[in-house]
Amino acid sequence: MTALEFIPELGRVVRESVPRLGAASRFLLLGLGRVVHRHFSIQQWLRQVYGFGVLSLALMVVAAFFTGMVLGFQGYYALVRFGATSALGTLVALSLLRELGPVLTALLFAGRAGSALTAEIATMKATEQLSAMEMMAVDPLAWVVSPRLWAAVFTVPILCVIFDLVGIFGGYLIAVPVLGVDSGTFWSQMQSNVSFRGDILNGLFKALCFGLVVAWIAAWQGYSAKPTAEGVGNATTRSVVAASLAVLGLDFILTALLFS
Amino acid sequence: MAAGDLIEIEQLRFSRGSHRVLDGIDLRVPRGAVAAILGASGGGKTTLLNLIAGTLRPDAGRVRVQGQEPSKLDRAGLFALRRSMGMLFQHSALFTDLSVFENVAFPLRRHFRLPESLLRKLVLMKLEAVGLRGAAELGPGELSGGMGRRVALARAVVMDPILILYDEPFTGLDPISVGIIATLIRRLNDALGATSIVVSHDIDETFAIADLGFILGGGKIIAHGTPAELRASDSPLAQQFLSGRPDGPVPFHYPSNQSFLEVMGLGKLGGVRP
Amino acid sequence: MTGDPSMRNRAVDWWVGIFVLLGIAALAVLAFRVGNLSGFQYGEGYVLHADFNNVGSLKVRSPVKLGGVTVGEVTGIRIDPKTFQAEVSMRIEPQLKLPVDTGASIYTQGLLGEQYIALQPGGMPQDLKPGGTITLTQSAVNIDQLIGQMVFSKAEGGSGSSGSGSGASAIPNPPGQ
Repeated sequence: MTALEFIPELGRVVRESVPRLGAASRFLLLGLGRVVHRHFSIQQWLRQVYGFGVLSLALMVVAAFFTGMVLGFQGYYALVRFGATSALGTLVALSLLRELGPVLTALLFAGRAGSALTAEIATMKATEQLSAMEMMAVDPLAWVVSPRLWAAVFTVPILCVIFDLVGIFGGYLIAVPVLGVDSGTFWSQMQSNVSFRGDILNGLFKALCFGLVVAWIAAWQGYSAKPTAEGVGNATTRSVVAASLAVLGLDFILTALLFS
Repeated sequence: MAAGDLIEIEQLRFSRGSHRVLDGIDLRVPRGAVAAILGASGGGKTTLLNLIAGTLRPDAGRVRVQGQEPSKLDRAGLFALRRSMGMLFQHSALFTDLSVFENVAFPLRRHFRLPESLLRKLVLMKLEAVGLRGAAELGPGELSGGMGRRVALARAVVMDPILILYDEPFTGLDPISVGIIATLIRRLNDALGATSIVVSHDIDETFAIADLGFILGGGKIIAHGTPAELRASDSPLAQQFLSGRPDGPVPFHYPSNQSFLEVMGLGKLGGVRP
Repeated sequence: MTGDPSMRNRAVDWWVGIFVLLGIAALAVLAFRVGNLSGFQYGEGYVLHADFNNVGSLKVRSPVKLGGVTVGEVTGIRIDPKTFQAEVSMRIEPQLKLPVDTGASIYTQGLLGEQYIALQPGGMPQDLKPGGTITLTQSAVNIDQLIGQMVFSKAEGGSGSSGSGSGASAIPNPPGQ
């Protein structure tokens, strides 16, 4: 594409993305709203919670462990210069609870569960399963999309809590036995500086928002994919990229709103 | 407009972009008949099915199913209409996360609250009718193409519909499976007292079970009648289609603005350039 | 793969249940061991007021401590338009009764830490009632003022006088001047 062709192309992309965003928003609202539809199945929701949560647990635990340990190391070397290693517990806990827990959980979720979700829905579309449902007078939004959206909203905060805890433990393992920080100081400083409402709950609220956004983007990409094998692949990559960027952007907004 | 017609289509027009897919279709299918819709690929056969089912809206003209126009119904009305229709998709479209039994049971579970024993009997009855009762606990991935198509057929008729739509039911099947499906289409239609519309390329199998047929060409119906009448038709397009001739009204060569000899550098016909 | 949605899949239900329990347990551990949820519950307790000349960097939700133990938090800071004093409201935990001559000072945690209100309990038999006001207050120390006083008193001491600088100075004269 030459430079001259770039400008009208850009205009076309912008012009098309507005109605697309509108369609995607309608999709989100209808998808969430279908929870009261008679074709919404708790069984389906449970199966999605299993797929999103239980099957992601191992990944989250391992990632959290390493994250916490790295925080322990980096935090120590940053604080030791000021003789402030007593603040290491606080540093590890607040970093995880406010930022790293929600964001990393969401990014890992987007990569693992989000991509699978997009591929699943796009494949259902390509093999006419969604059309078959429509022909059987079953609303695909109620049967397929809604349980997945609500499962993500439910699951991601739980994953985040577990991530936070494992991460803090990982940080503790590095700080105390390895780097020699005093155990009592580590925990007591942390306790007096971590607020349940301000830090823990706000972090979980972030995780909830991220979960919803990731599932929304993943489901929408799958639902609107081209019904071909190539379409499925494209939709899946696009979903991970878009969801990851959305999480980071939303993180900025929520941090400014919640923690300023 | 005979009172016994389940499907009435008048002057139906439908375009995709600038391409006129259907250009003034008139079609009537009486109750209880098996009707075949034939035509070249991309000729609008599947589009016609979608217009009957209400997933597409006509640009002009009317489609009536049992007196109702699907495109004019609201969502609730459309869903009510679809509960009395069944559709078999080209590649079965079975739900990959459900077993054979659960696939067939799906419409029943979604629309009714039946006691489990009754539901089980209904599902197994339909599976028995297509010969797959023994496969009830298998997953869709464990089925051959023909078996999958039969399960999809059982699912399409599980609620005893009055109209059954078939989108290329014979495509990609071995001869035995083709024979099975064809027999099932006829048998189920008569047993349920339903009306069936079969979209297909497979002339011999389709004519063997159809009461009447329509040949689509160029967006119009170029021939219609009983299979015998169609075979005797004097339309060149119909004859090319029915006998499978490579060249005729549907040309063999994709149009190009240069002749072959020119492209090969042999100049215009009748002269060789120095 | 042959999922039977009607006959509830026992395994899925079990795992989901365990998953949720894990999450609740993790939340509880975070709340009580990592945070300070079992500490002072904001929302209970009674309100006291105190007026200061200068609140320094005291903020809403800054802690109120007695003997180093957190017994409350600051709920509001406003200027009294008549006296031009900063009126601080604080919530004290309900079980703690304070004598009417209790003092409140604004101290700093560590050298650069956040500021908090330190209570020094008095000796009178009557207790402060909810909504009451602590009258003995000491404002926050202002670093700039301190430095100014030091420089001034050094200058004064240097010219022979042993007088202290203006205002209430807590800094003793440099020895040997």
